[in-house]
Formats: sequence, C-alpha cells, structure tokens
Amino acid sequence: MSETLEWMRTSPVALVALTLLAYRIGCEARDRSGGHALAQPVLVAIVLIGVVLWAADIDYSTYRPGTELIAFWLGPATVALAIPLHRQFARLRGVLLPMLVAVPVGAATSILTAYALVRLLGGDDLLATTMAPKAATTPVSIALSEVAGGIPPLTAVLAIAVGILGAVIGPVVLTIARIRDPRARGLALGATSHGIGTSRALAESEEEGAFAGLSMGLTALATSLLLPVLLVMLRQL
Amino acid sequence: MDGNRDVINGLMWLLLCQVAGEVVVRLVGIPVPGPVVGMVLLFGLLQWRKPAPAAGVFRAGDALLRHLQLFFVPAGVGVVTYLAVVRDDALPIAGALVLSWLAGLLVVGWLVTGLRRG
Repeated sequence: MSETLEWMRTSPVALVALTLLAYRIGCEARDRSGGHALAQPVLVAIVLIGVVLWAADIDYSTYRPGTELIAFWLGPATVALAIPLHRQFARLRGVLLPMLVAVPVGAATSILTAYALVRLLGGDDLLATTMAPKAATTPVSIALSEVAGGIPPLTAVLAIAVGILGAVIGPVVLTIARIRDPRARGLALGATSHGIGTSRALAESEEEGAFAGLSMGLTALATSLLLPVLLVMLRQL
Repeated sequence: MDGNRDVINGLMWLLLCQVAGEVVVRLVGIPVPGPVVGMVLLFGLLQWRKPAPAAGVFRAGDALLRHLQLFFVPAGVGVVTYLAVVRDDALPIAGALVLSWLAGLLVVGWLVTGLRRG
C-alpha cells in the first residue's frame, strides 16, 4: 500500500495527469463563469496543484521534473507565435510605423521601470533581474530570466500575474486613458499582458485580439534583444 | 509541404524551426532564447511559402497556441517554492509589478494613438 502511494507521489504519469486534470477544471471554471476575468485556467490550475502538492507532501523538486513533458511544449508553442503574426501581416499598413516605435519603447519601459521600482522599493538585484522580463510572454520570460541570472519560476509567476492584471483591469484603464482605437488597445494589452491579455482583447473585438497577439510576439522579440543591454546599463548605475 | 494537412508534419516544422533557432543562438552567441529565433524563422518561411490555410503547420500551431496557458502551469506552480520570498518582499514585488505594468500599457497605447494622428 505505502509502496503504491509512493509511486503515486513521484510518478510522471500521475503528476502529468494531475496537471491536465487541474487545467481542465480551470477551463471548465472559465467557461461556466462566462469567461470571468479571474477564472483563468492557469491560475485555477496552479492553485489546485499547489493544494494537492501541499496535502500530499510532494516537493516542487519532484513535481517539476515529473511534468517536463508538459513544459517541453513551451518551445514549439513560442515558435508557433509566428502564425498569428503571419495571418495579420496584411492588416498592418496603417499602424506599421507607430507599432514599430511603440512596441520597443514599451518593452524598454517595462524592463526599466520593473528593475528600477524593485530596487527603489527595497528589493535586491536578483529580485529586480527576476522582475525585468515579466512583460514578455511566459515561455520567453522564463528563458530570458534564466539567461539574465534571475529566478525563472518566479519570473513565470510574475508574468502570469501581469497577464491576469491586464485581463482584469486593462480595458478599463485604457478607456480612462482615452485610448479608443482597437489597434492601439490591442497593441498595449499584448505588450504588457501577453497571452492572458490577448485572450481578454479577443473578447472585446477580433481586431483588438489580433493586434494583441501580434504585439505579444513583437514584445517577446524586443524584450529578448533589449534586456541584456538594459541590464548591463542598469547595473552600472 | 503546401496544403499538406498532416499535423505531424506541422509539428516537425515547428520543432525544426526551434532546433534551427537554438543552433543559431549557440553559433552566434546572442543572448536571445532559441524559440524566439525559431519564431522569426517560421515567420519568414510562412511569408515565403504561403502554405494553404489547412496546412499541418497551422493546425499544429493553432492547437498549441489554444492551450498555451497549460504549458506554463508547471513553471507557475513554482510559486509554492517562492511563497516565502513573495511574503518577505511583498512591497517591491506588488508595487513594481502594478506600476511597471501600468507604465508599459500607457506608453504603448498613447504612442500608437499619438503617432497615428501625427
């Protein structure tokens, strides 16, 4: 009996099944609440799995390698971000130049303010480095945090948090700031709240969602290129 | 490859682009994640070859993107390991997160709006 329990606690099969089950419950919660901003499948899944790991006394160091099979797909999914980019390419004409200015400036703003604010509010360099890539889509932010010397799982959590922030209050903030052009709204949401913000933008309009997806891909690229340079500059201050 | 609806073929293209991206990153020594370079390569390929809408690469890619959230659940669960860090540094984490997010949102939104008028 105890041997069977031990197998359950450490088997990749059981851990992957647990993860898929928790994610499915999260999807169910989103659909049944009519797409409520707080019912994000990823948030629900993380909370549920956290509770199970705590109750069954399973270490994260056991859980994470066991679910490598799921995390593996982050790479190909990031490559696949080229697909919405490819599809929307023709609709770009009117906003091409504004976008090519705004997205890199936005990415730089996100990196600089994240690093500087953490330091100003009393955090150390490790925490500031961990916070800096948060605006990039999560798979990219994890990889960037790893390269920059941050704490990748914490970066992932922070990226998910800004995603949820964008889904919950993003549209309201944009309206208060008198940003009404659906393309500008989508680009802003995608640049700061990646995939989760994009799903909220899609709920507002298809055009807004398309530009959010495009912005998410470009922000990932801009953040990748800007982060190493900006971090060197910031650390010399 | 045009018009080929095989999802395995599509997955193969996604993985080949990722491998090519990883190889480029290692050869050139640029501090960019391999999958991001792979994304640029795939974008170039799609623009060049213009595969049919039902091509495997779209079906595989769309399926992955539909459940993008799932793939970062394992990383997100890592919060259980960092609960103590989050509690100890609650002010810098929450303050920087919200203010930096707001700054990025307004900068992009206002720049796009302003530059379109000008």
